[in-house]
Amino acid sequence: MLQSVLLILGLSALAPWVHRLVGRGSGWLFGAAAAGLCGYFVSRAGLVLSGGSVEQGWTWIEALGAGISFRLDGLSLVFALLVTGVGALILVYTGAYMRDHPRLGSFYSTLLLFMASMLGLVLADNVVSLFVFWELTSVSSFLLIGFERQRESARRAAMQALLVTGLGGMALLGGLVMLAMAAGSWELREIVEAGDAVRAHPLYLPAFALVTLGAFTKSAQFPFHFWLPNAMEAPTPVSAYLHSSTMVKAGVYLLARLAPALGGTEVWLNTLAWVGGGTFVLGALLATRELEMKRILAYTTVSGLGALVMMLGIGTEEAALAMGAFLITHALYKGSLFLVAGAVDYSAGEKKVDRLGGLGRAMPLTAVFAALAALSMAGVPPMIGFIAKELVLESTLHDPGLRLGVVLAAVGAALTVTAAGIVGVGPFIGRARETPRKARDPGIAILLGPGLLAALGLLCGVAPALFTDGLVSGVASSTLGEPVSKHLHLWHGFTPALAVSAAALAAGVVLWLLATPWRRALAPIKSLARFGPERGYTAGLGVLNVTASALTEVIQNGRLRRYSAVVIVFTGILVGAALVELGALRGITGIGEVYALDAALCAMIVVGAMAATRAKGRLGAVAALGIVGYGVTVIYVLYGAPDLALTLVSVETLTVILFVLVLYHLPRFAIYTNKAARARDLVIAVVFGAIMTLVTLVAADTQIAPTISGWFVENSVPKGKGHNIVNVILVDFRALDTLGEITALSVSALGVYALLKLRPATSGGNEA
Amino acid sequence: MNSIILRTTARLILPLLLLFSILLLLLGHNQPGGGFAGGLLAAAAYALYAMAYDGPSARRLLRVSPGALLGLGLAIALLSGLVGVFMGQEFLRSAWTEADLPLVGHVKLGTPMLFDLGVYFTVVGVTLMMIFAMREE
Repeated sequence: MLQSVLLILGLSALAPWVHRLVGRGSGWLFGAAAAGLCGYFVSRAGLVLSGGSVEQGWTWIEALGAGISFRLDGLSLVFALLVTGVGALILVYTGAYMRDHPRLGSFYSTLLLFMASMLGLVLADNVVSLFVFWELTSVSSFLLIGFERQRESARRAAMQALLVTGLGGMALLGGLVMLAMAAGSWELREIVEAGDAVRAHPLYLPAFALVTLGAFTKSAQFPFHFWLPNAMEAPTPVSAYLHSSTMVKAGVYLLARLAPALGGTEVWLNTLAWVGGGTFVLGALLATRELEMKRILAYTTVSGLGALVMMLGIGTEEAALAMGAFLITHALYKGSLFLVAGAVDYSAGEKKVDRLGGLGRAMPLTAVFAALAALSMAGVPPMIGFIAKELVLESTLHDPGLRLGVVLAAVGAALTVTAAGIVGVGPFIGRARETPRKARDPGIAILLGPGLLAALGLLCGVAPALFTDGLVSGVASSTLGEPVSKHLHLWHGFTPALAVSAAALAAGVVLWLLATPWRRALAPIKSLARFGPERGYTAGLGVLNVTASALTEVIQNGRLRRYSAVVIVFTGILVGAALVELGALRGITGIGEVYALDAALCAMIVVGAMAATRAKGRLGAVAALGIVGYGVTVIYVLYGAPDLALTLVSVETLTVILFVLVLYHLPRFAIYTNKAARARDLVIAVVFGAIMTLVTLVAADTQIAPTISGWFVENSVPKGKGHNIVNVILVDFRALDTLGEITALSVSALGVYALLKLRPATSGGNEA
Repeated sequence: MNSIILRTTARLILPLLLLFSILLLLLGHNQPGGGFAGGLLAAAAYALYAMAYDGPSARRLLRVSPGALLGLGLAIALLSGLVGVFMGQEFLRSAWTEADLPLVGHVKLGTPMLFDLGVYFTVVGVTLMMIFAMREE
């Protein structure tokens, strides 16, 4: 499993070169790789669906419990199949759809990066790895939405998606940490097993709130749904792949994965069922007033995600099965319809449904696939959509606490039928309309995806025993935390659900026939948008900018004296408070014996420091500081630290050189402060000095843990093979610290270089 | 600075300082010294030269850019750490070997020395990058 993620990551890194080498056929090549992985997961299906699981794990740092672990169970399997299977079709589709795009290579690269992160996300069994992959999907989504980077709207949509899902990601991180604390484990499997302990833990509520926030932003639940329709700025393969079948379902995946741990409580039921139900209806309603095919589909995706979340909230076995069935259904028909929308745009050059009509004659194959997908979306037998819709309706009907839920589900289903008609049937029937390009069926690379997905929707519905049963039961088992095995049937008998379903279908069809007046009736919604959540997003962004500039004005005003004063004062307060709080001052036993040489050196250092503050010119100040530095060096020598002394001498020398170099370039020496400011600085300096002196005295007399220096002395020669203990510590025992330090040094050098050399042209033209 | 005394001194002292800095680096494991001190000294040598003559001639004398030295140093340090990983141990776990070298005799060679070499180059790169940038301001 890890290999599969690494393989795609590697492919992602090489994609631009592979594409340049292979040329036109590269889409098929990448698609074949993804299909191969899909085959691997299919081969594991038998084992997983019979109740087993595939597990892999590596420990990285044992002491920290840090590692990576993967686990394939029913839920993961369905997602892994979607990610690799749909991914393969998308890659093939891309090869034709974006054939002449100049940056096709880097598009493949980003798409594969997403595939790897999404696969990692659904396979991860460790909370930290899951989070890392989660964020990676957000980043790759950002890159893909903004792929047409020269377009401002694309950039804005990308930023919006990143900010909304990134905000959720932050919340999720907090929630996952709390969850891990409550369960006492970082492994998802163990967290799920500790479900009772988690629900009884005082951290349950905050963990639930934060995890849900993360899932809701990712899966575009109201009120965070607005980023998803805007994300349609992305090229169509991205919309079909990320923003319908895979990434947006990550939130649903997470909730399903954690349902055995977090679910089953009042707050879970109420939050998920109502937010999900509300999103289900709202999304479908907003979909029916849109004109652009992709935007209609985006809103129905919002709606579909709402239905999934609602089912998770209800949490009965029936609801879990409904969730599983609808998950698969939605991926199949939505992926297919997006690809059809892309095909229509590709072939006819038109995106708006009110300017499309009668395409069925020019694009017969496309029309058939679109119709199949739309039938599945509308929940018409014998498509799998029918099974899913029946299950959804039944799980709301069977819950006595959900009377309103039935209404929501029924209205949502009806509106979905309308949207399916508008986008999947309308463009292909009726009077033929003039299109910018002459429409005809596109080639196999483009039709393969929608065709296969739509056909699967039919096959899954007609013969559920083939693999639908297994997959749906697998998802339900993971969601419920106990084995479920259920056979699905197209025909349920004359049940209340069937009646509701039929009524919804009829209402939906009627509404579709009246689509134009309906759209006009919905027009007032537009004026409501003023109060909508997207408005809140814009306002929030504005507040953020204003706050950021105000804060920068205060803490980054460019006056070095202010910076150091702030740092020193706050450090002083914290350290001083800690000293008092811990009662550490009582532990001071005295300063010990004072030798004449030490006293003389100290006096020299103090005089040097005072002279530096009183200096009337820069050269004098530098020389005075030099006295301080070399004085400290001599102390190091006296107390047996030749290494420190050696380094300090070099540093002091270089400091003088640096001063000399910049001396010429500085403005004339002047005193900018008045007496009051100097007095204030004096107080700060004296108080801070006193605190540091106390800290030193306390530190000399306090022993919290056994000292490690003895270990260093004993092991320096046998383990580090060196007699210079300081050096052995630096390059061996604590080499990681040193590596960090030299990295920090390098970064600061680059910073200095950038400040000196790369000044923006606007800051004045006096540079050499 | 246009001083014939400084220039002559700088030219004569530069190789000596560099030799001494290498000595510090090599002896560092057993006696005072090491990559930090050695690197600073080497950088000081070039800085002195840059002051006596000018930035460009010091750059010419260095042949490679300080930025490259910096990257080289970091890469060496990182790679020396990876040796442990490839031997199935943790990152930065040291590995030692012994060898008889001509002229030098019997010595112990290990990845910590390589790491120190990385530190040395990084410090030279960092310091000279800043000094040259300021010198040319």
